Amino acid sequence: MPETKTRLSYREAVRDAMSQAMRRDPDVFVMGQDIAEHGGSQKVTLGMLEEFGPDRVRNAPISEMALTGAGIGAAMLGMRPIVEIMYEDFLTLAMEQLVNHAAKERYMSGGQLKVPLTVRTQGGAGWSSAAQHGQQTEGWFVGVPGLKVVYPSTPRDARGLLWSSIYDDNCVVFFEHVQLYNQREELPEELEPIPLGKARIARAGEDVTVVATGPLVPEALAAAEQAEQDGISIEVVDPRTLQPLDEEAILESVRKTSRCVVAHEAVRRMGFGAEVAALVQEKAFDWLDAPVERVGACFSPLPFAPSLERACIPRREQVYAAIKRTVGGE
Amino acid sequence: MTELDFMTSPQSAELGRFLQQMLLIRYFEQQVEERYRDAEIPGFVHVAIGQEAVAVGACAALAPGDVITSTHRSHAHALAKGTPARVVMAELYGKVEGCSRGRGGSMHLYDVERGNLGSSAVVGGALGIATGAALSFSLRSEPRVALAFFGDGATASGLFHESMNLAQLWKLPVVFLCENNRWAESTPLAQHSPIADLSQRAQAFGMTALEVDGQDVEAVHRATAEALAHVRSAAGPVFLLAETYRLAPHNVGDQQEYRDRDEYELTRATQDPIAKLREKLALSDASFAELEREAEAAVADAVEFARHGTDPDPQTLLEDVYA
Repeated sequence: MPETKTRLSYREAVRDAMSQAMRRDPDVFVMGQDIAEHGGSQKVTLGMLEEFGPDRVRNAPISEMALTGAGIGAAMLGMRPIVEIMYEDFLTLAMEQLVNHAAKERYMSGGQLKVPLTVRTQGGAGWSSAAQHGQQTEGWFVGVPGLKVVYPSTPRDARGLLWSSIYDDNCVVFFEHVQLYNQREELPEELEPIPLGKARIARAGEDVTVVATGPLVPEALAAAEQAEQDGISIEVVDPRTLQPLDEEAILESVRKTSRCVVAHEAVRRMGFGAEVAALVQEKAFDWLDAPVERVGACFSPLPFAPSLERACIPRREQVYAAIKRTVGGE
Repeated sequence: MTELDFMTSPQSAELGRFLQQMLLIRYFEQQVEERYRDAEIPGFVHVAIGQEAVAVGACAALAPGDVITSTHRSHAHALAKGTPARVVMAELYGKVEGCSRGRGGSMHLYDVERGNLGSSAVVGGALGIATGAALSFSLRSEPRVALAFFGDGATASGLFHESMNLAQLWKLPVVFLCENNRWAESTPLAQHSPIADLSQRAQAFGMTALEVDGQDVEAVHRATAEALAHVRSAAGPVFLLAETYRLAPHNVGDQQEYRDRDEYELTRATQDPIAKLREKLALSDASFAELEREAEAAVADAVEFARHGTDPDPQTLLEDVYA
């Protein structure tokens, strides 16, 4: 039988994963600010209220901490809540509950508890949202033992990984990027779960590995096209799950290419890319022909003025320049 | 359990059982102080001497299936919720036989099977969890209740206000049981709260508030039962304020230089919930001494059990970081 295909945006893919889980499983519900009638600040939950009702698509007061805590409590009792935090900047308000409780309840209880909570959030730069609505915060969570961190860059990954996050028995912080919501992809109607902790080779190549996350994946693919013109073959690895990290996929690629660039939109200094660079030098040092290059935002609050924001945030040009540095280009 | 001369009616028999539990907690906590001073117990410990009646009266009112969350001052709650003294003590010693397999310690006691969802040592930190447990009961239409223990200090925290707001807004089956022991570590109530009557906190949310003498176990039991009946009728959460006293330092080793010595001694002499209950039951010296011996023996047994417990194998270090 031919597969039925559907063309979904990244936004619709996220919604589809939640809706499919909620259709099948009364233990799944979603709560957050403005998610009911309004459909969420980015319209991700649009229409879900009509299908699932206000008990399971719960509009919540502006209480990120209690909402996250309530998600943890309901998860401890065996439900699979999804908490939407409107902007990832506001995860700071829930940080205590995520770090001290969601991440630790299982360990502190000696294995008695599980916290199958998914905290969805979104953000990112490129639209002058300024210092409190556009920073990338995933790097703050990857260093917390007990949390998982997922960051999809395509509709297919968003849908399959969100499903797996909902059905993971740990707390998953799930990052979506505002600039990716309208990206579309043809997908089978039937949801394909994608396991957490598995990277995806977004482009196969021979000369340089670019490990990229979120919006830097399409940017890296664009940079790869440009490098191709120079005769440089680029492999783009999208870890998709940042914690746990598919170390082997990264190492395997670097052992093939001998060069590595790490690219993310979050600040470069002390960022996730530093961990990848350390991993590569620890475990693939003998294969490296050039220092690992890191691409990330400048170490400043995200500026408002478009000229400043453009200067701060890495895009394809910075990835291309880093690629060129690894091959000894100008 | 010893058959005692005062157990002549169901009511006094119940109070007698409360007394036994309170004595167990008292002796347990006194042993904890001693074992800690002898450096047998690692970390740091907070005992609930003076607050036994709140833990015992409240937990006795709960039904099977109800859950609690607790605080850094957690031993009394765990014991009152039915975790055996041996298992609690073993946890304080960091042993595999402990109620958190040695991963938690004094401030992180868990017994999920018995409805103890654990103690958070971030002040007020478990209030969202209790609210969420109640949300699950509500969504699943289960007649269960979550009861959160916390202290007066927690009422100044953001999570307290957010959780109270959320619980009342969604009419969740949760009892917020505030143990007002009048001290947030070394800071007296007057220095951390602009209002002396903490039940006024509930008014801001339109939440039902009840107040009770936390040194009177019978009253605590009755008030908790009343709160639970209200909550189970889907009428929304209850803020239950138990006025109690911390008849011990904040943690073992705290010199309480901030506390008036005379006030402390007078409070210890006049506000002991065990002495009050003994008086109410008109217990003979012989009966009371018998109960004390029982509690003392149970605690001695718990200490021996803990001392002979198993240190967690470093090979198991990374177990249960993830499910």
